[in-house]
Amino acid sequence: MDWSPSEMMVATAARELRDGEVVFVGIGLPNLACNLARLTHAPNLVMIYESGAVGARPDRLPLSIGDPSLVTGSLMICGMADVFQFLLQGGRIEVGFLGGAQVDRFGNINTTVVGDYGQPKVRLPGSGGAPEIAIHARRTVVIARLDRRAFPEQVDFITSPGHGARGNRRRDLGMPGAGPVRVITDRGTLAANPDTGELELDAVYRGTSADDVRSAVGWDLVVRDPLVTIAPPKPEELRLLRDVVDPKGHFLRA
Amino acid sequence: MSKVVPMRDAIAAHVHDGDTLVIEGFTHLIGFAAAHEIIRQRRRDLTLCRLTPDVVFDQMIAAGCASKLVFSWAGNPGAGSLHAFRRAVEAKPAKLAIEEYSHFGMVARFSAGAAHLPFWPLRNYQGTDLPRVNPMIRSVECPYTGESIATVPPLNPDVTVVHAQRADADGNTQVWGLLGVQKEAAFASKRVIVVVEELVPSTVIRADPNRTIIPGMIVDAVVIEPWGAHPSYAQGYYDRDNDFYVAWDDISRDGAKLQAYLDEWVHGVTDRAGYLRRQPSLVERLTAKPAMSGEVSYGY
Repeated sequence: MDWSPSEMMVATAARELRDGEVVFVGIGLPNLACNLARLTHAPNLVMIYESGAVGARPDRLPLSIGDPSLVTGSLMICGMADVFQFLLQGGRIEVGFLGGAQVDRFGNINTTVVGDYGQPKVRLPGSGGAPEIAIHARRTVVIARLDRRAFPEQVDFITSPGHGARGNRRRDLGMPGAGPVRVITDRGTLAANPDTGELELDAVYRGTSADDVRSAVGWDLVVRDPLVTIAPPKPEELRLLRDVVDPKGHFLRA
Repeated sequence: MSKVVPMRDAIAAHVHDGDTLVIEGFTHLIGFAAAHEIIRQRRRDLTLCRLTPDVVFDQMIAAGCASKLVFSWAGNPGAGSLHAFRRAVEAKPAKLAIEEYSHFGMVARFSAGAAHLPFWPLRNYQGTDLPRVNPMIRSVECPYTGESIATVPPLNPDVTVVHAQRADADGNTQVWGLLGVQKEAAFASKRVIVVVEELVPSTVIRADPNRTIIPGMIVDAVVIEPWGAHPSYAQGYYDRDNDFYVAWDDISRDGAKLQAYLDEWVHGVTDRAGYLRRQPSLVERLTAKPAMSGEVSYGY
């Protein structure tokens, strides 16, 4: 069965989640990954949306993270003050999923501006809840498509901190979470070096070489040895993605 | 005494040029009817505050109502960019002042405002560039542990608009579904306008007091405006108009097309009832299917 890079990203991201974990779900591809995990190997995944839905079980693809389908049949609906103070700052979130326009060598993420803040070339949406997720979730997983502009040596603006923000380490800055442990791209995955915090290529998808990834990254990317090749999505994963999770292809074909 | 007034009168009495205005609602219950009336009354120089400016503030920015935006995520949820916002901010020089936080920071600002505190502490922003570009994000040394904690200042708007499912004539307001930060914003605000899908007798409110998020004592005006949150939604009443949010990307991308939209759908109607008469298919397309809650006993 043929598969697209987007489907591969979502299937790979879904495999990052373990059954029973508490995950803070972002919209777009992370939302597809969480719902795919829930329908396959992680039926007891507790999905929390920053809009206040705890234990959501949406029966349609939510276009936004505030969709009414996240409320119907949910375990709890709380105000956003509770979401950020009790659930996130309170240390209850095990995994956070983040996207980003730019991701750099140390996993810092930019969703604020391309160029100078005061005179931006491109104004991006901004923070949302991403900085606090990056700081407090016990670990974060980042999803982003590879491109030299999207993976620079250093991001133009640090919206959400990774492992080495402007020379400072997470621990020294008092961040409770482990930060971005893995970055899932459309050609392979990068993992943070536990000692240096630097992102390294640890796996590629079938049909992709390490050089394909290295050429799309703006720094001298370390390639781990051995380099793992990730199996393509299973037919059942593809069927669920295409028929159940995103039947209109709103995010998969975007 | 009843606080029920038409939308036109509520906006005329409580929203003034130069005000700091909040229209809250996180995806859910966004007060579009109130925003459109503010555009029709040509308010100017407003400081607009919302976590997610959304299409509602994109429209107000395009209409020339705003001089400043205080926010935490300025995208079109699930559908792309807010192009009027982007044009204003990417212009050289910029045509709109901005003051930017994260969601947690904005929630904390409303909490401080509602609790009448000089700041709100939060474990956040270390390692980010946000404090560098927003000097209102500061830090304080904890008097117990000595650690450094980020702080944000209170946000006390002149006026807050809350859209809700129902209220009584005194403004006791009930909401279910996503709650956002409406309670905090209302308590932080000098004046509060509540806009509801339905006006109900006080007996309905008193039969289920846990569902009340805003007590009438802090409410200045109650407006009855069915479908007043469209294209946002009201849980149990009507669905989010995702088609419109997706269409907004195309409308707002072109300044002339956006102005034509405002001419037709905002200035071209006198009120929300007129807006609804122009699109009779809305009701059929978006009316919510029932999913009733169980009942509880409040007896003792």
